[in-house]
Amino acid sequence: MSIWEYANPKKFIATTTPLVPWLLWGAIAILTVGLIWGFFFTPDDVRQGSTVKIFYLHVPSAMMAINVWIMMLIASLVWLVRRHHVSALAAKAAAPIGIVMTLIALFTGAVWGQPMWGTWWAWDPRLTSFLILFLFYLGYTALWAAIEDPDTAADLTSVLCIVGSVFAVLSRYAVNFWNQGLHQPASLSLDKEENVADVFWYPALVCIAGFVLLFVALVLMRTASEIRLRRMRALEARMRS
Amino acid sequence: MIALLKRDLTLAVRAGGGFGLGLAFFLIVIVLVPFGVGPEAEVLARIAPGMLWVAALLAALLSLDRIFALDFEDGSLPLLATSPLPLEGVALMKGVAHWVTTGLPLTIAAPLLGFLLNLSPSAYLWLLGSLALGTPALSMIGTFGAAVTVGLKRGGLLMSLLVLPLYVPTLIFGSEAVRRGAGGFDATIPMLMVAGITLGCFALLPFAAAAALRVNLR
Amino acid sequence: MIPDLGKYAVEVLAAYGVSITLLIGLVLGSVRRSRKVKARLAAVEAAWESTS
Repeated sequence: MSIWEYANPKKFIATTTPLVPWLLWGAIAILTVGLIWGFFFTPDDVRQGSTVKIFYLHVPSAMMAINVWIMMLIASLVWLVRRHHVSALAAKAAAPIGIVMTLIALFTGAVWGQPMWGTWWAWDPRLTSFLILFLFYLGYTALWAAIEDPDTAADLTSVLCIVGSVFAVLSRYAVNFWNQGLHQPASLSLDKEENVADVFWYPALVCIAGFVLLFVALVLMRTASEIRLRRMRALEARMRS
Repeated sequence: MIALLKRDLTLAVRAGGGFGLGLAFFLIVIVLVPFGVGPEAEVLARIAPGMLWVAALLAALLSLDRIFALDFEDGSLPLLATSPLPLEGVALMKGVAHWVTTGLPLTIAAPLLGFLLNLSPSAYLWLLGSLALGTPALSMIGTFGAAVTVGLKRGGLLMSLLVLPLYVPTLIFGSEAVRRGAGGFDATIPMLMVAGITLGCFALLPFAAAAALRVNLR
Repeated sequence: MIPDLGKYAVEVLAAYGVSITLLIGLVLGSVRRSRKVKARLAAVEAAWESTS
């Protein structure tokens, strides 16, 4: 029993199709609980007032924006090394989710920044890095859309994803060097001392779990769609010849 | 490799387009800046380092799609791929040729355009140095972008979308060096970072560009 | 029903509103696409069976 068995598209679809509804509804339930908890049943912060409630959307979406890219990088590497189509299609399926996560993180950040820092947008290292990440996502999806042959597209986007990852990390450090910034340091490090208070921490954990589950459900569903689309194109091509 | 470099350079000079066009574009962008932001000397001096770098970057971007497109169309690229020269070497030489035809003239022209923007005197050396060190990275990154998009019909616009985010670190460190120079500070650290990015690009990106070329020639 | 959000009500509600709309849009879009692709594949497969 190896994980590579699921690289068989048929096996992948057969295994994930019954799982997806459970995952999706589970994600929706957990997110609903977490967000309602965060929105209705947490106190306001002494300094930040009710804007602290944005935390429950901002932090999970920002984490996912980065993690989705890392997942795409791993899937691209697997595709280049082992040539499993499911892997390449999973990377393709994940990119739009990453775009939405980045948008949510940017928007909630801007809305939070307005009352706290007095500006919608500051060229702060973290904000700027996310904007650059957003551009990387755009370029990646545009490249997928531009190439007709699916294998060529998978190869080129994988190479782009790897090169892009190196430059994304480089940009992160460059941007840090360039401007010191207003953003507070990461509030969810593993070092418990620096963390936010437990009242805010538990609902945030629930929201993070919800976002992760939602991503897993969506990526499985979208990958299955891509596999079906691929099979459909192959059948159509064979019928025409 | 040297023969390939010579061939590319001769072609670029004979065709004439590459050289002049990038430089003229650089000049025009810099001339447009004062119209956009107003003629006050202090304002221009403040934004000069960044504007010079951004304009140089855009001028370098302009000629990128010619790196492989001509060879791809007339069929010499598959020939190069089957020659004893490794494709990584081809990519490297293409990057070098692009730098010699655009990056180098841009670097030489930049101090002259600095006068137009009232760049502070202490910054000229840093401007020359940071462009000399940074534009090779721009050319190499651009070669990678051109290799990825070479088979596409309308690759030019897509390539800008792919390449410009990759230019961010080089731009940040390059213009930071000039800004520090303009302020009269020591700019060694950003200069070293620019040099590091350039060396890293030349060490690694030929492999990525060659991989993309192999896919596109399949 | 809605807790007292103080002077930041607009910001908080806008953040929640836009984020949840985006998430719902993403989920609905993915589900709809999945259904559409499934139906189209079924049609193509049926055509393929009948020709071969």
